[in-house]
Amino acid sequence: MSLLRTNNLTKKFGGLTAVSKFAMDIKEMEIVGLIGPNGAGKTTVFNMLTGVYKPTKGSIFFDGRDITGIKSHEVTKLGIARTFQNIRLFKELSVLDNVLVANHLRLKSNILFSVLRTPNYIRQEKHMYEKSMELLKEVGLDDVKDEMASSLPYGKQRRLEIARALATDPKILLLDEPAAGMNPQESFELMEFIHDIRDKFDLTIFMIEHHMQVVMGVCEKIYVLDHGVTIAEGTPKEIQNDEKVIEAYLGVD
Amino acid sequence: MKDKRKILTIISLILFVILLFIMNRTFDSYEIRILNLCGIYVVLGLSLNLINGFTGLFSLGHAGFMAIGAYTSAIFTMSPELKQMNYYLKPIIPIFKNIQLPFLPSLLIAGLMAGLIGFLIAAPVLRLKDDYLAIATLGFSEIIRVVFTNTQSLTNGALGLKGLPKYTNVWWSWGMAIGTVIFMVLLIKGSYGRALMAIREDEIAAEAMGIDLFRHKIISFTIGSFLAGVGGALLAHLLGTIDPLMFRFLLTFNILLIVVLGGIGSITGTVISAVVVTVLMEFLRVLDGTMDLGFIRISGIPGMRMVVFSALLMFVILFYQRGIMGTKEFTWDWILNRKKKYTQIKG
Ligand SMILES: Nc1ncnc2c1ncn2[C@@H]1O[C@H](COP(=O)(O)OP(=O)(O)O)[C@@H](O)[C@H]1O
Ligand SMILES: [Mg+2]
Repeated sequence: MSLLRTNNLTKKFGGLTAVSKFAMDIKEMEIVGLIGPNGAGKTTVFNMLTGVYKPTKGSIFFDGRDITGIKSHEVTKLGIARTFQNIRLFKELSVLDNVLVANHLRLKSNILFSVLRTPNYIRQEKHMYEKSMELLKEVGLDDVKDEMASSLPYGKQRRLEIARALATDPKILLLDEPAAGMNPQESFELMEFIHDIRDKFDLTIFMIEHHMQVVMGVCEKIYVLDHGVTIAEGTPKEIQNDEKVIEAYLGVD
Repeated sequence: MKDKRKILTIISLILFVILLFIMNRTFDSYEIRILNLCGIYVVLGLSLNLINGFTGLFSLGHAGFMAIGAYTSAIFTMSPELKQMNYYLKPIIPIFKNIQLPFLPSLLIAGLMAGLIGFLIAAPVLRLKDDYLAIATLGFSEIIRVVFTNTQSLTNGALGLKGLPKYTNVWWSWGMAIGTVIFMVLLIKGSYGRALMAIREDEIAAEAMGIDLFRHKIISFTIGSFLAGVGGALLAHLLGTIDPLMFRFLLTFNILLIVVLGGIGSITGTVISAVVVTVLMEFLRVLDGTMDLGFIRISGIPGMRMVVFSALLMFVILFYQRGIMGTKEFTWDWILNRKKKYTQIKG
Protein backbone atom coordinates (compact mmCIF):
# COMPACT_ATOMS: atom_id res chain seq x y z
CA MET A 1 0.00 0.00 0.00
CA SER A 2 1.20 3.47 -0.78
CA LEU A 3 2.27 5.37 2.34
CA LEU A 4 3.87 8.57 1.11
CA ARG A 5 3.23 9.91 -2.35
CA THR A 6 4.01 13.22 -4.05
CA ASN A 7 2.68 14.75 -7.16
CA ASN A 8 4.35 17.39 -9.30
CA LEU A 9 6.16 18.67 -6.17
CA THR A 10 7.99 21.91 -6.95
CA LYS A 11 9.88 24.43 -4.84
CA LYS A 12 11.21 27.73 -6.09
CA PHE A 13 13.45 30.09 -4.13
CA GLY A 14 13.10 33.33 -6.04
CA GLY A 15 14.44 32.53 -9.48
CA LEU A 16 15.99 29.23 -8.45
CA THR A 17 13.94 26.06 -8.90
CA ALA A 18 15.38 23.85 -6.17
CA VAL A 19 13.00 20.97 -6.85
CA SER A 20 11.01 20.52 -10.01
CA LYS A 21 7.97 18.27 -10.54
CA PHE A 22 9.11 15.64 -8.08
CA ALA A 23 6.87 12.58 -8.13
CA MET A 24 7.43 9.58 -5.90
CA ASP A 25 5.52 6.75 -4.34
CA ILE A 26 6.79 4.99 -1.24
CA LYS A 27 5.06 1.83 -0.06
CA GLU A 28 4.78 0.59 3.50
CA MET A 29 7.90 -1.10 4.90
CA GLU A 30 10.05 -0.08 1.94
CA ILE A 31 13.52 1.38 2.29
CA VAL A 32 13.85 4.05 -0.36
CA GLY A 33 16.83 6.21 -1.20
CA LEU A 34 17.06 9.74 -2.54
CA ILE A 35 20.45 10.45 -4.03
CA GLY A 36 22.07 13.16 -6.05
CA PRO A 37 25.01 15.54 -6.01
CA ASN A 38 25.29 18.42 -3.54
CA GLY A 39 22.69 21.10 -4.12
CA ALA A 40 20.46 18.74 -6.10
CA GLY A 41 17.43 19.59 -3.94
CA LYS A 42 17.30 16.50 -1.71
CA THR A 43 17.02 18.31 1.60
CA THR A 44 14.46 20.64 0.05
CA VAL A 45 12.29 17.60 -0.73
CA PHE A 46 12.51 16.56 2.94
CA ASN A 47 11.67 20.07 4.05
CA MET A 48 8.55 20.04 1.92
CA LEU A 49 7.52 16.59 3.09
CA THR A 50 7.85 17.65 6.75
CA GLY A 51 6.10 20.99 6.42
CA VAL A 52 9.21 23.13 6.92
CA TYR A 53 8.76 24.60 3.44
CA LYS A 54 5.46 25.09 1.67
CA PRO A 55 5.65 23.63 -1.84
CA THR A 56 5.38 26.18 -4.61
CA LYS A 57 3.36 23.66 -6.57
CA GLY A 58 2.23 20.07 -6.26
CA SER A 59 0.85 17.96 -3.47
CA ILE A 60 1.84 15.42 -0.82
CA PHE A 61 -0.29 12.49 0.28
CA PHE A 62 0.43 10.54 3.44
CA ASP A 63 -1.57 7.50 4.44
CA GLY A 64 -4.29 8.48 2.01
CA ARG A 65 -4.51 12.08 3.26
CA ASP A 66 -3.53 15.26 1.51
CA ILE A 67 -0.97 16.82 3.85
CA THR A 68 0.27 19.57 1.53
CA GLY A 69 1.05 22.75 3.44
CA ILE A 70 0.22 21.56 6.96
CA LYS A 71 2.47 22.60 9.81
CA SER A 72 5.65 20.79 10.70
CA HIS A 73 4.51 19.64 14.14
CA GLU A 74 1.26 18.29 12.72
CA VAL A 75 3.16 16.30 10.12
CA THR A 76 5.16 14.68 12.91
CA LYS A 77 2.01 13.89 14.82
CA LEU A 78 0.62 12.08 11.78
CA GLY A 79 3.67 9.83 11.75
CA ILE A 80 6.51 11.34 9.72
CA ALA A 81 9.72 11.74 11.71
CA ARG A 82 13.05 13.03 10.49
CA THR A 83 16.68 13.64 11.26
CA PHE A 84 18.73 16.57 10.00
CA GLN A 85 21.70 16.75 7.68
CA ASN A 86 23.57 18.98 10.12
CA ILE A 87 22.59 17.37 13.42
CA ARG A 88 20.06 19.37 15.39
CA LEU A 89 20.03 17.95 18.90
CA PHE A 90 18.86 19.85 21.97
CA LYS A 91 22.46 20.49 22.94
CA GLU A 92 22.07 21.58 26.54
CA LEU A 93 19.64 18.81 27.42
CA SER A 94 20.72 15.37 28.57
CA VAL A 95 20.74 12.44 26.18
CA LEU A 96 17.70 11.00 27.94
CA ASP A 97 15.81 14.31 27.89
CA ASN A 98 16.41 14.59 24.16
CA VAL A 99 14.49 11.35 23.68
CA LEU A 100 11.91 12.07 26.39
CA VAL A 101 10.93 15.36 24.82
CA ALA A 102 10.10 13.58 21.58
CA ASN A 103 7.34 11.75 23.49
CA HIS A 104 5.68 15.03 24.42
CA LEU A 105 3.50 15.14 21.32
CA ARG A 106 1.65 12.01 22.46
CA LEU A 107 1.09 13.28 26.02
CA LYS A 108 -2.57 13.29 26.97
CA SER A 109 -2.40 15.61 29.99
CA ASN A 110 -2.71 19.37 29.97
CA ILE A 111 -0.17 21.54 31.71
CA LEU A 112 -2.17 21.80 34.92
CA PHE A 113 -2.42 18.02 35.34
CA SER A 114 1.27 17.76 34.54
CA VAL A 115 2.23 20.23 37.28
CA LEU A 116 -0.17 18.58 39.72
CA ARG A 117 1.38 15.19 38.88
CA THR A 118 -1.96 13.41 38.62
CA PRO A 119 -1.81 9.57 38.63
CA ASN A 120 -2.66 9.59 34.94
CA TYR A 121 0.25 11.94 34.21
CA ILE A 122 2.66 9.93 36.35
CA ARG A 123 1.67 6.78 34.46
CA GLN A 124 2.38 8.46 31.14
CA GLU A 125 5.68 9.88 32.38
CA LYS A 126 6.72 6.40 33.50
CA HIS A 127 5.78 4.98 30.14
CA MET A 128 7.77 7.72 28.36
CA TYR A 129 10.77 6.93 30.50
CA GLU A 130 10.64 3.21 29.83
CA LYS A 131 10.13 3.70 26.12
CA SER A 132 12.98 6.20 25.91
CA MET A 133 15.36 3.95 27.80
CA GLU A 134 14.49 1.10 25.49
CA LEU A 135 15.22 3.26 22.46
CA LEU A 136 18.51 4.39 23.96
CA LYS A 137 19.43 0.77 24.52
CA GLU A 138 18.51 0.06 20.93
CA VAL A 139 21.01 2.64 19.67
CA GLY A 140 23.56 1.80 22.35
CA LEU A 141 23.40 5.05 24.29
CA ASP A 142 21.74 3.92 27.52
CA ASP A 143 25.04 4.17 29.38
CA VAL A 144 25.44 7.87 28.59
CA LYS A 145 21.83 8.87 29.26
CA ASP A 146 22.72 11.60 31.75
CA GLU A 147 25.39 13.27 29.64
CA MET A 148 24.74 16.46 27.80
CA ALA A 149 23.85 15.76 24.17
CA SER A 150 26.54 18.13 22.91
CA SER A 151 29.25 16.20 24.75
CA LEU A 152 28.70 13.05 22.66
CA PRO A 153 31.06 12.22 19.82
CA TYR A 154 29.72 12.74 16.33
CA GLY A 155 28.67 9.17 15.57
CA LYS A 156 26.72 8.89 18.80
CA GLN A 157 24.99 12.19 18.13
CA ARG A 158 23.76 10.76 14.84
CA ARG A 159 22.39 7.71 16.62
CA LEU A 160 20.77 9.86 19.30
CA GLU A 161 19.01 11.81 16.58
CA ILE A 162 17.60 8.56 15.20
CA ALA A 163 16.45 7.44 18.67
CA ARG A 164 14.81 10.81 19.19
CA ALA A 165 12.97 10.58 15.89
CA LEU A 166 11.80 7.04 16.72
CA ALA A 167 10.35 8.27 20.02
CA THR A 168 7.67 10.22 18.13
CA ASP A 169 6.18 6.85 17.03
CA PRO A 170 6.58 7.43 13.30
CA LYS A 171 5.23 5.34 10.46
CA ILE A 172 7.96 6.62 8.20
CA LEU A 173 11.44 7.81 9.11
CA LEU A 174 13.21 10.35 6.92
CA LEU A 175 16.98 10.30 7.32
CA ASP A 176 18.98 13.17 5.84
CA GLU A 177 22.50 11.93 5.09
CA PRO A 178 22.77 9.74 8.18
CA ALA A 179 26.17 8.47 7.11
CA ALA A 180 27.70 11.89 6.51
CA GLY A 181 31.16 12.11 8.02
CA MET A 182 31.48 8.37 8.54
CA ASN A 183 34.09 6.10 7.01
CA PRO A 184 32.96 3.24 4.69
CA GLN A 185 33.01 0.68 7.50
CA GLU A 186 30.86 2.87 9.78
CA SER A 187 28.51 3.69 6.92
CA PHE A 188 28.04 0.03 6.20
CA GLU A 189 27.24 -0.71 9.85
CA LEU A 190 24.80 2.16 9.92
CA MET A 191 22.96 0.80 6.89
CA GLU A 192 22.69 -2.56 8.62
CA PHE A 193 21.35 -0.81 11.69
CA ILE A 194 18.77 1.05 9.63
CA HIS A 195 17.68 -2.21 8.09
CA ASP A 196 17.27 -3.69 11.57
CA ILE A 197 15.17 -0.87 12.96
CA ARG A 198 12.93 -1.04 9.91
CA ASP A 199 12.13 -4.65 10.77
CA LYS A 200 11.93 -4.10 14.50
CA PHE A 201 9.61 -1.06 14.40
CA ASP A 202 7.68 -1.93 11.21
CA LEU A 203 8.95 1.29 9.71
CA THR A 204 9.14 2.69 6.26
CA ILE A 205 12.41 4.46 5.57
CA PHE A 206 13.23 7.23 3.15
CA MET A 207 16.84 8.25 3.23
CA ILE A 208 19.00 10.84 1.56
CA GLU A 209 22.52 9.91 0.69
CA HIS A 210 25.17 11.78 -1.13
CA HIS A 211 27.33 8.78 -1.97
CA MET A 212 25.60 6.34 -4.26
CA GLN A 213 27.50 3.25 -3.07
CA VAL A 214 26.36 3.53 0.52
CA VAL A 215 22.67 3.02 -0.20
CA MET A 216 23.00 0.46 -2.97
CA GLY A 217 22.98 -2.50 -0.59
CA VAL A 218 20.10 -1.42 1.60
CA CYS A 219 17.58 0.41 -0.58
CA GLU A 220 14.88 -1.32 -2.55
CA LYS A 221 14.17 1.70 -4.66
CA ILE A 222 16.13 4.83 -5.44
CA TYR A 223 15.26 8.27 -6.81
CA VAL A 224 18.02 10.37 -8.31
CA LEU A 225 17.87 14.14 -8.33
CA ASP A 226 20.11 16.50 -10.23
CA HIS A 227 19.53 20.24 -10.25
CA GLY A 228 16.06 19.63 -8.88
CA VAL A 229 15.07 17.29 -11.66
CA THR A 230 14.40 13.58 -11.21
CA ILE A 231 16.82 12.04 -13.68
CA ALA A 232 16.23 8.42 -12.76
CA GLU A 233 14.26 6.11 -10.52
CA GLY A 234 14.34 2.36 -10.03
CA THR A 235 16.11 -0.48 -8.33
CA PRO A 236 19.75 0.00 -7.31
CA LYS A 237 20.79 -2.13 -10.28
CA GLU A 238 18.87 0.00 -12.74
CA ILE A 239 20.27 3.17 -11.21
CA GLN A 240 23.85 1.92 -11.27
CA ASN A 241 23.71 1.38 -15.00
CA ASP A 242 21.77 4.52 -15.87
CA GLU A 243 23.78 6.76 -18.13
CA LYS A 244 22.28 10.01 -16.92
CA VAL A 245 23.12 9.08 -13.33
CA ILE A 246 26.69 8.19 -14.18
CA GLU A 247 27.01 11.46 -16.01
CA ALA A 248 25.60 13.49 -13.12
CA TYR A 249 27.96 11.82 -10.70
CA LEU A 250 31.06 11.89 -12.86
CA GLY A 251 31.77 15.53 -12.26
CA VAL A 252 31.29 15.15 -8.52
CA ASP A 253 32.75 11.99 -7.11
CA MET B 1 16.84 6.94 47.56
CA LYS B 2 13.99 8.91 46.06
CA ASP B 3 12.08 8.94 49.33
CA LYS B 4 15.18 10.09 51.15
CA ARG B 5 15.32 13.17 48.94
CA LYS B 6 11.66 13.87 49.43
CA ILE B 7 12.11 13.74 53.20
CA LEU B 8 15.16 16.00 52.99
CA THR B 9 13.15 18.50 50.96
CA ILE B 10 10.30 18.51 53.44
CA ILE B 11 12.64 18.84 56.42
CA SER B 12 14.53 21.75 54.88
CA LEU B 13 11.24 23.42 53.99
CA ILE B 14 10.09 23.13 57.61
CA LEU B 15 13.45 24.48 58.80
CA PHE B 16 13.15 27.39 56.39
CA VAL B 17 9.66 28.23 57.65
CA ILE B 18 10.97 28.16 61.23
CA LEU B 19 13.80 30.45 60.15
CA LEU B 20 11.28 32.82 58.57
CA PHE B 21 9.32 32.77 61.81
CA ILE B 22 12.42 33.68 63.81
CA MET B 23 13.46 36.41 61.38
CA ASN B 24 9.93 37.76 61.43
CA ARG B 25 10.15 38.02 65.21
CA THR B 26 13.65 39.43 65.57
CA PHE B 27 14.15 41.68 62.52
CA ASP B 28 13.37 45.37 62.67
CA SER B 29 10.91 46.81 60.16
CA TYR B 30 13.67 47.87 57.74
CA GLU B 31 15.15 44.37 57.70
CA ILE B 32 11.73 42.79 57.31
CA ARG B 33 11.09 45.01 54.33
CA ILE B 34 14.27 43.68 52.68
CA LEU B 35 13.24 40.13 53.55
CA ASN B 36 9.90 40.76 51.86
CA LEU B 37 11.58 42.26 48.80
CA CYS B 38 13.75 39.14 48.54
CA GLY B 39 10.68 36.92 48.40
CA ILE B 40 8.98 39.14 45.83
CA TYR B 41 12.08 39.20 43.64
CA VAL B 42 12.24 35.41 43.78
CA VAL B 43 8.73 35.35 42.26
CA LEU B 44 9.61 38.00 39.69
CA GLY B 45 12.97 36.47 38.79
CA LEU B 46 11.48 33.02 38.29
CA SER B 47 8.66 34.38 36.15
CA LEU B 48 11.10 36.17 33.86
CA ASN B 49 13.39 33.15 33.80
CA LEU B 50 10.48 30.97 32.68
CA ILE B 51 10.00 33.17 29.62
CA ASN B 52 13.59 34.17 28.86
CA GLY B 53 15.67 31.39 30.35
CA PHE B 54 13.62 28.25 29.93
CA THR B 55 11.70 29.05 26.77
CA GLY B 56 14.33 31.29 25.18
CA LEU B 57 11.96 34.18 24.42
CA PHE B 58 13.76 37.48 24.82
CA SER B 59 11.01 39.43 26.54
CA LEU B 60 11.49 42.80 28.23
CA GLY B 61 7.87 43.48 29.15
CA HIS B 62 7.92 42.51 32.79
CA ALA B 63 7.39 45.95 34.29
CA GLY B 64 4.22 46.27 32.25
CA PHE B 65 2.73 43.08 33.64
CA MET B 66 3.78 44.07 37.14
CA ALA B 67 2.00 47.40 36.69
CA ILE B 68 -1.16 45.62 35.60
CA GLY B 69 -0.98 43.36 38.66
CA ALA B 70 -0.17 46.20 41.05
CA TYR B 71 -2.99 48.45 39.86
CA THR B 72 -5.54 45.65 39.65
CA SER B 73 -4.87 44.53 43.18
CA ALA B 74 -4.82 48.13 44.42
CA ILE B 75 -8.22 48.88 42.89
CA PHE B 76 -9.76 45.74 44.37
CA THR B 77 -8.37 46.18 47.89
CA MET B 78 -8.90 49.90 48.50
CA SER B 79 -11.90 50.79 50.63
CA PRO B 80 -14.53 53.11 49.10
CA GLU B 81 -13.34 55.93 51.39
CA LEU B 82 -9.72 55.46 50.38
CA LYS B 83 -10.76 55.52 46.74
CA GLN B 84 -12.59 58.79 47.29
CA MET B 85 -9.45 60.25 48.89
CA ASN B 86 -7.12 59.04 46.17
CA TYR B 87 -9.26 59.92 43.18
CA TYR B 88 -9.91 63.54 44.16
CA LEU B 89 -9.26 65.08 40.75
CA LYS B 90 -11.46 62.68 38.86
CA PRO B 91 -13.60 60.02 40.53
CA ILE B 92 -13.00 56.36 39.83
CA ILE B 93 -15.20 54.55 37.29
CA PRO B 94 -18.51 53.81 39.10
CA ILE B 95 -18.32 50.00 38.88
CA PHE B 96 -15.14 49.95 40.97
CA LYS B 97 -16.33 52.57 43.41
CA ASN B 98 -17.73 50.29 46.06
CA ILE B 99 -15.87 47.08 45.38
CA GLN B 100 -13.57 45.88 48.11
CA LEU B 101 -12.10 42.39 48.29
CA PRO B 102 -9.68 40.68 50.68
CA PHE B 103 -6.05 40.30 49.68
CA LEU B 104 -6.05 36.69 48.41
CA PRO B 105 -8.79 37.12 45.79
CA SER B 106 -7.32 40.48 44.79
CA LEU B 107 -3.91 38.91 44.33
CA LEU B 108 -5.45 36.18 42.22
CA ILE B 109 -7.38 38.65 40.06
CA ALA B 110 -4.18 40.69 39.68
CA GLY B 111 -2.37 37.62 38.38
CA LEU B 112 -5.24 36.62 36.12
CA MET B 113 -5.51 40.12 34.70
CA ALA B 114 -1.77 40.25 33.89
CA GLY B 115 -2.00 36.71 32.53
CA LEU B 116 -4.95 37.61 30.33
CA ILE B 117 -3.20 40.65 28.89
CA GLY B 118 -0.08 38.52 28.42
CA PHE B 119 -2.15 35.94 26.57
CA LEU B 120 -3.72 38.60 24.34
CA ILE B 121 -0.47 40.27 23.33
CA ALA B 122 1.32 36.93 22.99
CA ALA B 123 -0.44 36.06 19.76
CA PRO B 124 0.88 39.02 17.74
CA VAL B 125 4.15 39.55 19.63
CA LEU B 126 5.40 35.96 19.72
CA ARG B 127 5.50 35.82 15.95
CA LEU B 128 8.62 37.95 16.35
CA LYS B 129 11.99 36.64 17.40
CA ASP B 130 15.01 37.74 19.40
CA ASP B 131 15.71 41.48 19.26
CA TYR B 132 12.40 42.18 17.55
CA LEU B 133 10.54 40.41 20.32
CA ALA B 134 12.56 42.35 22.90
CA ILE B 135 11.70 45.67 21.28
CA ALA B 136 8.02 44.79 20.92
CA THR B 137 7.64 43.68 24.54
CA LEU B 138 9.58 46.69 25.79
CA GLY B 139 7.25 48.85 23.72
CA PHE B 140 4.25 47.11 25.23
CA SER B 141 5.54 47.79 28.71
CA GLU B 142 6.01 51.49 27.96
CA ILE B 143 2.55 51.68 26.37
CA ILE B 144 1.02 50.25 29.54
CA ARG B 145 2.80 52.96 31.51
CA VAL B 146 1.58 55.73 29.20
CA VAL B 147 -1.96 54.34 29.24
CA PHE B 148 -1.93 54.16 33.05
CA THR B 149 -0.69 57.75 33.22
CA ASN B 150 -3.62 58.90 31.14
CA THR B 151 -6.53 56.81 32.39
CA GLN B 152 -7.22 59.11 35.31
CA SER B 153 -10.55 57.58 36.30
CA LEU B 154 -9.07 54.09 36.45
CA THR B 155 -5.52 54.54 37.76
CA ASN B 156 -5.59 58.11 39.05
CA GLY B 157 -2.95 58.92 36.41
CA ALA B 158 0.41 60.37 37.31
CA LEU B 159 -0.71 61.10 40.86
CA GLY B 160 -0.55 57.40 41.65
CA LEU B 161 -2.32 55.62 44.46
CA LYS B 162 -1.37 56.15 48.09
CA GLY B 163 -2.19 54.55 51.39
CA LEU B 164 -2.74 51.07 49.98
CA PRO B 165 -3.29 48.47 52.68
CA LYS B 166 0.10 46.97 53.51
CA TYR B 167 -0.98 43.36 53.37
CA THR B 168 2.34 42.00 52.16
CA ASN B 169 4.17 40.41 55.07
CA VAL B 170 6.82 37.72 55.29
CA TRP B 171 4.22 34.97 54.94
CA TRP B 172 2.65 36.41 51.81
CA SER B 173 5.89 37.21 50.05
CA TRP B 174 7.73 34.03 50.96
CA GLY B 175 4.59 31.92 50.71
CA MET B 176 4.31 33.04 47.09
CA ALA B 177 8.05 32.60 46.58
CA ILE B 178 8.01 29.02 47.87
CA GLY B 179 4.84 28.30 45.92
CA THR B 180 6.45 29.64 42.75
CA VAL B 181 9.61 27.59 43.29
CA ILE B 182 7.57 24.41 43.76
CA PHE B 183 5.46 25.21 40.72
CA MET B 184 8.53 25.88 38.59
CA VAL B 185 10.28 22.69 39.68
CA LEU B 186 7.19 20.61 38.88
CA LEU B 187 6.76 22.38 35.56
CA ILE B 188 10.38 22.22 34.43
CA LYS B 189 10.97 18.63 35.54
CA GLY B 190 7.89 17.51 33.64
CA SER B 191 7.05 16.95 30.02
CA TYR B 192 5.98 20.56 29.40
CA GLY B 193 9.21 21.88 30.88
CA ARG B 194 11.25 19.68 28.58
CA ALA B 195 9.20 20.91 25.64
CA LEU B 196 9.89 24.55 26.57
CA MET B 197 13.61 23.90 26.90
CA ALA B 198 13.61 22.09 23.57
CA ILE B 199 12.11 25.22 22.00
CA ARG B 200 14.88 27.27 23.58
CA GLU B 201 17.54 24.90 22.25
CA ASP B 202 16.35 24.58 18.66
CA GLU B 203 12.97 25.68 17.36
CA ILE B 204 13.18 23.77 14.08
CA ALA B 205 14.12 20.52 15.80
CA ALA B 206 11.48 21.06 18.49
CA GLU B 207 8.80 21.50 15.87
CA ALA B 208 10.07 18.44 14.01
CA MET B 209 9.55 16.51 17.25
CA GLY B 210 5.89 17.45 17.11
CA ILE B 211 5.95 20.34 19.57
CA ASP B 212 3.47 23.07 18.71
CA LEU B 213 5.81 26.04 19.07
CA PHE B 214 3.20 28.75 19.14
CA ARG B 215 1.00 27.04 21.70
CA HIS B 216 3.87 26.34 24.06
CA LYS B 217 5.32 29.80 23.75
CA ILE B 218 1.93 31.27 24.59
CA ILE B 219 1.60 28.97 27.61
CA SER B 220 5.01 30.05 28.90
CA PHE B 221 4.43 33.74 28.24
CA THR B 222 1.00 33.68 29.90
CA ILE B 223 2.24 31.90 33.04
CA GLY B 224 5.19 34.30 33.23
CA SER B 225 2.83 37.28 32.92
CA PHE B 226 0.53 35.86 35.58
CA LEU B 227 3.41 35.53 38.04
CA ALA B 228 4.70 39.00 37.16
CA GLY B 229 1.24 40.36 37.97
CA VAL B 230 1.25 38.59 41.34
CA GLY B 231 4.74 39.95 42.03
CA GLY B 232 3.63 43.46 41.10
CA ALA B 233 0.64 43.20 43.44
CA LEU B 234 2.82 41.97 46.31
CA LEU B 235 5.15 44.90 45.72
CA ALA B 236 2.26 47.37 45.69
CA HIS B 237 1.02 46.14 49.06
CA LEU B 238 4.53 46.17 50.50
CA LEU B 239 5.28 49.76 49.52
CA GLY B 240 1.75 51.07 49.99
CA THR B 241 2.22 53.56 47.16
CA ILE B 242 2.27 53.06 43.42
CA ASP B 243 2.52 55.34 40.42
CA PRO B 244 3.21 54.76 36.73
CA LEU B 245 6.81 55.97 37.01
CA MET B 246 7.64 53.05 39.26
CA PHE B 247 7.17 50.66 36.36
CA ARG B 248 9.85 51.99 34.08
CA PHE B 249 12.27 49.83 32.13
CA LEU B 250 14.69 50.03 35.06
CA LEU B 251 12.43 47.65 36.97
CA THR B 252 12.56 45.07 34.18
CA PHE B 253 16.31 45.61 34.02
CA ASN B 254 16.69 44.78 37.72
CA ILE B 255 14.83 41.52 37.27
CA LEU B 256 16.80 40.69 34.15
CA LEU B 257 19.93 41.28 36.19
CA ILE B 258 18.79 38.72 38.74
CA VAL B 259 18.07 36.17 36.01
CA VAL B 260 21.38 36.69 34.21
CA LEU B 261 23.44 36.68 37.40
CA GLY B 262 21.75 33.54 38.65
CA GLY B 263 22.02 31.67 35.40
CA ILE B 264 19.60 31.77 32.52
CA GLY B 265 17.57 28.62 32.87
CA SER B 266 18.29 27.77 36.50
CA ILE B 267 15.67 27.90 39.25
CA THR B 268 18.31 27.56 41.97
CA GLY B 269 20.37 30.35 40.42
CA THR B 270 17.44 32.75 40.29
CA VAL B 271 16.52 32.12 43.92
CA ILE B 272 20.09 32.68 45.12
CA SER B 273 20.63 35.72 42.97
CA ALA B 274 17.25 37.29 43.84
CA VAL B 275 18.23 37.25 47.50
CA VAL B 276 21.85 38.32 46.93
CA VAL B 277 20.95 41.14 44.56
CA THR B 278 18.17 42.49 46.78
CA VAL B 279 20.32 42.48 49.91
CA LEU B 280 23.33 43.89 48.07
CA MET B 281 21.24 46.67 46.57
CA GLU B 282 20.36 47.71 50.11
CA PHE B 283 23.95 47.52 51.36
CA LEU B 284 25.13 49.55 48.41
CA ARG B 285 22.61 52.22 49.32
CA VAL B 286 25.34 53.74 51.52
CA LEU B 287 27.19 54.61 48.31
CA ASP B 288 24.40 56.98 47.36
CA GLY B 289 24.55 58.77 50.69
CA THR B 290 27.34 60.69 52.40
CA MET B 291 30.12 58.49 53.71
CA ASP B 292 32.20 59.38 56.71
CA LEU B 293 35.38 57.35 56.76
CA GLY B 294 36.74 59.20 59.79
CA PHE B 295 39.64 60.93 58.12
CA ILE B 296 37.80 61.73 54.91
CA ARG B 297 34.23 62.63 54.05
CA ILE B 298 32.86 61.55 50.70
CA SER B 299 29.68 63.28 49.73
CA GLY B 300 27.35 60.78 48.14
CA ILE B 301 26.61 60.63 44.48
CA PRO B 302 23.01 59.57 43.80
CA GLY B 303 22.90 56.61 41.43
CA MET B 304 26.35 55.42 42.49
CA ARG B 305 25.02 52.05 43.59
CA MET B 306 23.58 51.39 40.13
CA VAL B 307 27.01 52.13 38.67
CA VAL B 308 28.65 49.71 41.06
CA PHE B 309 25.97 47.19 40.35
CA SER B 310 26.25 47.44 36.61
CA ALA B 311 30.02 47.07 36.90
CA LEU B 312 29.42 43.94 38.93
CA LEU B 313 27.10 42.62 36.26
CA MET B 314 29.69 43.28 33.57
CA PHE B 315 32.26 41.45 35.64
CA VAL B 316 30.01 38.42 35.97
CA ILE B 317 29.12 38.45 32.28
CA LEU B 318 32.79 38.65 31.34
CA PHE B 319 34.07 35.94 33.64
CA TYR B 320 31.10 33.69 34.34
CA GLN B 321 29.17 34.05 31.15
CA ARG B 322 26.54 31.63 32.30
CA GLY B 323 25.80 33.19 35.66
CA ILE B 324 26.30 31.59 39.06
CA MET B 325 24.60 28.33 38.15
CA GLY B 326 24.50 28.13 34.35
CA THR B 327 21.54 25.88 33.64
CA LYS B 328 22.37 23.61 36.56
CA GLU B 329 20.10 22.97 39.52
CA PHE B 330 20.74 22.11 43.11
CA THR B 331 19.84 18.49 43.86
CA TRP B 332 20.26 16.50 47.02
CA ASP B 333 22.73 14.31 45.13
CA TRP B 334 25.27 17.09 45.56
CA ILE B 335 25.30 16.46 49.29
CA LEU B 336 24.40 12.77 49.34
CA ASN B 337 27.01 11.78 46.77
CA ARG B 338 29.72 13.89 48.33
CA LYS B 339 29.12 12.15 51.61
CA LYS B 340 29.20 8.79 49.87
CA LYS B 341 32.50 9.59 48.21
CA TYR B 342 33.90 10.70 51.55
CA THR B 343 32.89 7.50 53.30
CA GLN B 344 34.30 5.52 50.40
CA ILE B 345 37.65 7.20 50.78
CA LYS B 346 37.61 6.63 54.51
CA GLY B 347 36.49 3.02 54.15
N1 LIG C 1 15.91 28.38 2.27
C1 LIG C 1 16.52 28.49 1.08
N2 LIG C 1 16.58 29.68 0.45
C2 LIG C 1 17.18 29.79 -0.75
N3 LIG C 1 17.75 28.78 -1.40
C3 LIG C 1 17.73 27.56 -0.84
C4 LIG C 1 17.11 27.35 0.43
N4 LIG C 1 17.23 26.04 0.75
C5 LIG C 1 17.89 25.46 -0.25
N5 LIG C 1 18.18 26.36 -1.22
C6 LIG C 1 18.88 26.08 -2.48
O1 LIG C 1 18.21 25.01 -3.10
C7 LIG C 1 19.16 24.14 -3.71
C8 LIG C 1 18.98 22.75 -3.19
O2 LIG C 1 19.44 22.69 -1.87
P1 LIG C 1 19.33 21.39 -0.96
O3 LIG C 1 17.95 20.87 -1.05
O4 LIG C 1 19.83 21.72 0.37
O5 LIG C 1 20.34 20.41 -1.72
P2 LIG C 1 20.91 19.00 -1.26
O6 LIG C 1 20.28 18.62 0.02
O7 LIG C 1 20.54 18.08 -2.39
O8 LIG C 1 22.38 19.14 -1.16
C9 LIG C 1 20.53 24.73 -3.45
O9 LIG C 1 20.93 25.47 -4.59
C10 LIG C 1 20.31 25.62 -2.27
O10 LIG C 1 21.20 26.70 -2.27
MG1 LIG D 1 21.12 18.26 1.81
